[in-house]
This record gives sequence, C-alpha cells and structure tokens, in this order.
Amino acid sequence: MLLDSLFNGVAIGSVLLVAALGLAIVFGLMGVINLAHGELMMLGAYTTYVTQLIFKLPLLKPYYNAYVIVSIFFAFIVSGVVGILLEKTVIRKLYGSPLETLLATWGVSLILQQFVRSVPLAYGTGLVISLIIGLFLPSVFSSKVKESINFKYVKFSSWIFAALAGVLSGNLISSSVSKLSRASARNVDVTAPAWMRGQVEILGTNFPKTRLMIIIITLISVIAITLFLNQSAWGMRIRAVTQNREMSDCLGISTEKVDVLTFGIGSGLAGVAGVAVSLLGSVGPNVGGNYIVGCFMVVVLGGVGNLLGTIFASFGIGIMTDLIGAGRLLSIWPDMPLPLSNTINFFATTSMARVMIFALIVIFLQFKPTGLFPQKGRMVES
Amino acid sequence: MRISRRILAGLATASLAVTVTSCGGGSDTSGSFDDPVTVGILHSLSGTMAISESTLVDTEKMAIAEINAAGGVTVGGKSYKIEYIVEDGASDWPTFAEKSKKLIDQDGVPVVFGGWTSASRKAMLPVYESKDAFLYYPIQYEAQECSNNIFYTGASPNQQSEPATDFMYKRSPAAGKPFFLVGSDYVFPRTSNTITKEQLKSLGGEVVGEDYLPLGNTEVAPIISKIKKALAPTGGGVIINTLNGDQNVAFFKQIQDAGITPSNGYYVMNYSIAEEEISTIGPEFLEGHYGAWNYMMSIDTPESKKFAADFKALYGSDRVVADPQESAYNMVYLWKQAVEDAGTFENSAVREALVGQTFDAPQGPVEVMPNHHLAQTVRIGLIKPEGGFEILEETDGVVYPQAWNQFEPSSKGYACDWTDPSKGERYKL
Repeated sequence: MLLDSLFNGVAIGSVLLVAALGLAIVFGLMGVINLAHGELMMLGAYTTYVTQLIFKLPLLKPYYNAYVIVSIFFAFIVSGVVGILLEKTVIRKLYGSPLETLLATWGVSLILQQFVRSVPLAYGTGLVISLIIGLFLPSVFSSKVKESINFKYVKFSSWIFAALAGVLSGNLISSSVSKLSRASARNVDVTAPAWMRGQVEILGTNFPKTRLMIIIITLISVIAITLFLNQSAWGMRIRAVTQNREMSDCLGISTEKVDVLTFGIGSGLAGVAGVAVSLLGSVGPNVGGNYIVGCFMVVVLGGVGNLLGTIFASFGIGIMTDLIGAGRLLSIWPDMPLPLSNTINFFATTSMARVMIFALIVIFLQFKPTGLFPQKGRMVES
Repeated sequence: MRISRRILAGLATASLAVTVTSCGGGSDTSGSFDDPVTVGILHSLSGTMAISESTLVDTEKMAIAEINAAGGVTVGGKSYKIEYIVEDGASDWPTFAEKSKKLIDQDGVPVVFGGWTSASRKAMLPVYESKDAFLYYPIQYEAQECSNNIFYTGASPNQQSEPATDFMYKRSPAAGKPFFLVGSDYVFPRTSNTITKEQLKSLGGEVVGEDYLPLGNTEVAPIISKIKKALAPTGGGVIINTLNGDQNVAFFKQIQDAGITPSNGYYVMNYSIAEEEISTIGPEFLEGHYGAWNYMMSIDTPESKKFAADFKALYGSDRVVADPQESAYNMVYLWKQAVEDAGTFENSAVREALVGQTFDAPQGPVEVMPNHHLAQTVRIGLIKPEGGFEILEETDGVVYPQAWNQFEPSSKGYACDWTDPSKGERYKL
C-alpha cells in the first residue's frame, strides 16, 4: 500500500521532472522564458512516432523492440537542433528583454504546432535532417579549412548538400511509409513494444512497465546532465557564464558558444521528455502545451537556477498529487474525525487535487519566494 | 514596457484580416431550379475541434448535394436549389456567436447547421434567441436546455446513458458489480453521471467512486489507483467513461498497463468513443469494452450501408461514418421536409412544421418531438478487435428524448413543449 503510493508519486513526479529538466536549464540557468519548450517536447514525441514507423519497415523490423531506445537519441538530436536554430535566429537577439522573448517564443510555439498540422511528417523529417547536416557538416572540416578565407563557400555548399539530402530523405520516407506522406491534424499514437507493456511484480506489488521505463529515462537524464554540468569542461563554462557573464567573457570563455550549447541541451532534454510523454498518451500538436504550466511551476518551486531544487520540487508535487488526488490519507488513517475526512474527500478528485496543489505552492512561495533551494551568489541579471 | 501602440494596432488589423477572409462556400449550378436558397454551415475548420467538426461539414455537404440531385427543396410550387455558406468557428466560442450574427444578418440564411461543443452552443444560443433565427445542432449533449430556436438532433442523456447503464448492470459480464465513473471535467460528463448515479440507486446498484480529469490533463495515475482500490475487492466491475478526445488515449493505454482489462473483469462503457475514435485510439486498447450510440456504422440495413458507402465514395474509402455525422445528415433532411410542409422558409412556420416530422434515417426511423429533440433508437455495441462495433442489442423502437433531466433534483418533474404556448421551455408535468 505505502509502496504503491510512493511508486505512484515517483511516477507522476518523474514525468514532471523529465519535462521540466530542460526548462530548468533554459529558464533556470539562462533565464530565458521559453514558451516553445512544450513544442520542443512535442517534436520529441513526433520523433518517437516517426522512428516507430521507420522501424516497422522490413529492413529494420528485426530491431523493432529497440525503437524506443533509439528514438530517445533521435529525439534529443531533433529537438536539440531545432532549439539551436531557435537560439541562433530568435532568442540571441532578445537576451535581456524577457517580455519580447516571451512573445517571440510563444509565436514560435504556434508556428511549430501549425507546422506539424499542415506539413506531412515525412517532409518534416527531411527538413530536420537537412538542418542537422547543414549545422554540423561545416564543423567536421579540419581547423585549417575553417580558418581559410573561403570557408563561407564551404558552409554555403554544405547547406546546399543538406537541402538535397533533406529533399531526398523526405521523398524516400514519404514513399516507403504511407502514413507519413500526408499531413494530418489528427493525433497519432505511439505503441510501446511488447516488452514494455504490462506489469512487473516487485515486492508483491504490480508496477506498470511504461512507468518504470519513464522513471529510468528520467534517472539517466538527471545523472547525465549532472555529470555534464559538474565534470566536463563545457559544463563548467556553462556554470561560469550562468554565475557571471561579464567576468566569464573577460576570461576568454565564448559566451555565444555557451549560450548555443546550453539552449541546445535544454531543448534536447525537452525532446527526451517528449519520448516519455508519448508512451503515456497520444501524440498531437497540443501535447507539449499541456505540460508547460507544470514545468514552469516545478522550476519556480524548486528555485530558479538549481537542478537539485527541480528534482525535489517535481517529486514533491508528484507525491502530493497522489496523496491528495487518490485520497491516500484516509486509508492511512481510517478513523480520523469527520470534518477532516470530509475535507480530504472533497479534495480527493483530480481537479480538486490540482487546485489544492496550486494553492499550497502559492502559500509556500509567500514564505520562500525564491523557491526550495535559492541560488546563492551573484546572478547575471540580478 | 516597450510594446508600442503601433504593434498592437498591427496585431488588431492582422486578426481582423483573418476574420474577414475566412469564408467560402457555394456549389455548382447545374440542373434546372427556379431559385437558389442559401443556408449556413458553421463548424470549426481550424483549431483543436477542427478534426471532429470538419467531418460534419463533409456530411452536411453530402446531404445538401443529395437533396439538390433529387430536385432541391420545393416550396410553393417552386423548386429551390440549396446553396451554402461555410463559416469557420475556429474552435473559439465567441467566434461562433459572431459568425452566427454574420450568417443571419448579413447573409440572411433561413437556417444554420452548426456547433459541436456545448460551450459553442451556449455561446450561440442568445444570438439565435434574440434574432429569432434557427440553429440545428447535431451532437449528443448534456441537455438541461430547451430553446425555441435550437433543434437538437443528437442524443439527450436519457437516450444514451440510461439504456447503457441498464445493460451494464443487468446483462453485461460484470452484471451486478459496482460502478466507477470517470470523465473529463466539464458539464456533459457531470450531468450524464448524475443520471447514472440516480438510475443505479433505483436499480439497486452501487457507485463506488467517481473522478474527473481536468481538460488537457493526461496524468491518470491517481485515478487508476482509485479504480483499483474501489473495484479490486469485487474482482472487477463497470467503469463508465465520459472522457473527451485525447484523454481517452492516455486513459486506455495506462489502464491496460495497470491490468484493468476485460480479461481481469473490468469493463468500460464509453459515451464519447465512436468508430472514428476507435481507430485513432487503437482497437487493441479498446477491444472487449463497450459503447452506446444511436447510429453505428455496423448497422446492417440498406439505409445504413448506403449512407456509409456514399460517404466513402465521396471522401475516400478510408473514411468512416459515426453517430455525430448521422445526426448532421438527418437534420439537413428534416429541415428540407419541414420547409416543404410549411410552404415557406419563414422561421415560425418552419418551426411549427418541424415537430412531428419523421425520417427514415440510416439508424432507422426518427421523429421530431415537441421539445425540439429527436426520438431515436439506442444501441449497445461491443468494440471488436479489428475496430468498429458489434451491435449487441438495440432498444425496442425509439427512446423519447428528455430535455430536462428526470434524475437531477432541480429539473425533476419538468418537461418542454414548444407546440403549446402555455407550456414552452419548461413546465411542470
């Protein structure tokens, strides 16, 4: 019973966490209010769907069971690349003006939603492939080529190559997977492979396998991002720029590169969240929008600029949702006084539990406006 | 804040431009008619409801084309060709009201076929009442409303949930077991469930739990643990599901993973899942559960088969027809008959002629009742592994619609009758 409750709380929390992790980096570390975060998740979810259909082709059919794992990487790359492009074209121009960023990213979110509605997914995939090639092909050349005066021609021709590759792959996919060849506003469905369906028994309690899988995805993402931020050279640069942009700039850290990288990683994590979310429900243009409020809530509650806070906040909200929403307190303490049990019963529905949790968060933020774990030290814009 | 006034003005102009350009319509002018008559079609062609509502536009166009091919509408010895103006409600309820005004005042249409969500109907209702125009509304809904200016061709709650509850409690594999009610958090599921609860009380059954998921929320884990806690002691039971749209996908995926399946004794009766939804959610998740509708594509009558075949011929063999579409189809024909009987397009005469109209619909005979709702047959279907319904039972003849819920204390004992001026919208029985 208690185990069941704890598991449920962790399961709900890990969905929140994986969705909010990317935002914790983009909003928490960079201070960018990215309203298109949900749409980057949506791209991840659609990537899962496309990967699933491609793995149904005769050539890849034997490896079908592995498609979810593969799609995690694909989703990371797809959302990451779109995020990088977004940073380079829109957000870079708007650093330090949060209101304009908010409006611009909201616009981008609408564009992305309409994009998946009106562009056949096969060509969407082709476009993403050409973006990936176009952005990364120039960086494979040796530094000698890069420093030469004619590098802009190399860049230009690699974009042409990328465009060709995109058109070809789009056509190839559209001719081989008929489901992807027509645009549709209809929601699509990701079906988990057989080994991920059903339940598994641990300590006499049954747990759904998809939920376990999401917990594992979340765990791996959290560990990977923590290691990256704390152990790698780029991670340290990111933290340096977060703490004091001018000083880092003076010390020779390329803040521009750091911004692109941070935003790319945050967006990539949104893609991974998209994979997780696609396992739970259907995939549609609005799938990300449903999570965006929850994501911001988690990041604000946890304390902006602090990953640990995000983790605690999401599991805290998850466990509270389950405790209140499923009326657990009543079964833990069956003979509580009547007025109290009536109150608990009143809040023991999904809608009211949400109201209760929002209210609790508002009250909590009255006393600790900077969240659970406030960032200490000098922040860039403060 | 540095948002300049110019940008705001620009935004306003841009949105105005979108509003102005979004109308289309018309149809070709072949055959010999004395005159055209233009009707309004008002559904969402963009936004979240577009997927569902555009199927209604398709069906209404088909019905109009059929009527035109058979000689149009004959009024006072003159034959009229039906033309139409399609307006986009854009999944935005105030837009529905605005477009209704435009259709009535500017285009002067005698009738508007439109709406899907109750919110859109509630937004349109004052417009039709103040202008004394007429809206034909084709969706199964929560009732508790009876307007002189709306004709409701979808099922009222007693035409869906009552026979379904009766079936689940008495004749389903989970007969006699307790019920759990799940729905999206808005007016239709809550109203429908009050009926179910009261009805079960009189049948001697038990409701062991009820929960509503906020629209847009797909986190069903707490609901699943509640269902398990409530129904596991009896080895399963009945779940009445009134979730909306995509929430069904999350719900069915996750209950299957949690072992809440027909093979474990849990049976779900659905009020919002038709053929279209079965194929999007995936029959592998729904197999063995139930649905209740007036029309099901698997009805084995010539009328039903012709309706499905005609629709596929017109719009593609992968398309399906479902209950809302059949309703939309019927209402166009019922309007045509009423106009012909009235001998005029004039509203009050058509309204009088409408009551009592009968039509051999794809679902079987239907009849317009004095409360502006439709008497129709109710069917219970089992969802097949390959999709679609296997019809298990249907009511003997039609079920009469109740505009006022006879289980809800506030409306108990009331009815609606527009043929009698002393009765009207709401009178005591």
